[in-house]
Amino acid sequence: MLKIRRDLVDAMVAHARRDHPDEACGVIAGPEGSDRPERFIPMLNAARSPTFYEFDSADLLKLYREMDANDEVPVVIYHSHTATEAYPSRTDVSYASEPNAHYVLVSTRDPEKHEIRSFGIVDGVITEEPIEVVESYRFAHTGPDDVPEQ
Amino acid sequence: MAVTVSIPTILRTHTGGEKSVPAAGSTVAEIIDDLEANHGGIKSRLVKEGSLHRFVNIYVNDEDVRFAGGLDAKVADGDNVTILPAVAGGAR
Repeated sequence: MLKIRRDLVDAMVAHARRDHPDEACGVIAGPEGSDRPERFIPMLNAARSPTFYEFDSADLLKLYREMDANDEVPVVIYHSHTATEAYPSRTDVSYASEPNAHYVLVSTRDPEKHEIRSFGIVDGVITEEPIEVVESYRFAHTGPDDVPEQ
Repeated sequence: MAVTVSIPTILRTHTGGEKSVPAAGSTVAEIIDDLEANHGGIKSRLVKEGSLHRFVNIYVNDEDVRFAGGLDAKVADGDNVTILPAVAGGAR
């Protein structure tokens, strides 16, 4: 299951709408081992395409160095599909290489109503998971590393 | 030529969980061969039909080797080599 704050969901959807009809993409980083998405990082789609997205390679290096320095991992990797459903394509599966990430897809094909779904993609196998949208993570964690969040 | 190679999560199964490992070589291709000698199976995840796999980015310091000669890109003593999976996909 993906537990995620509402403002982060809203930010992904807003990014997807803004870049429509091109695909939008980005990451929500969180502390290593927490499975808690916290830091919203919209990325440029270097492909600037309605059917493909790709992080620019220099941006990608900068992103991973930044996350490493912060002890963060990409908890969510999101992108939009602008004319098809929010389900991973064959291309999405062949590129998916973060076995611990939640791959979130936002479909903007309907101008009024977006669709958002989350998947694990491990060794080419897609597993859909429910999304629990919360207002805050404050009461959501009881682990030993628990620090109240906003 | 000794360098440090950063290994992405998905390839750490080949390095016993290590995030970075030492390797030797004067080109990216030699570095990869040296990695393979110590971490069997990793080469096929990086190289396909004699060139860099399209799902993978390799950087020497800040430079993406695709723009610096690919597998022939030069590596100097003390360089940092970073392997990252490309983040890409799309509707088709």
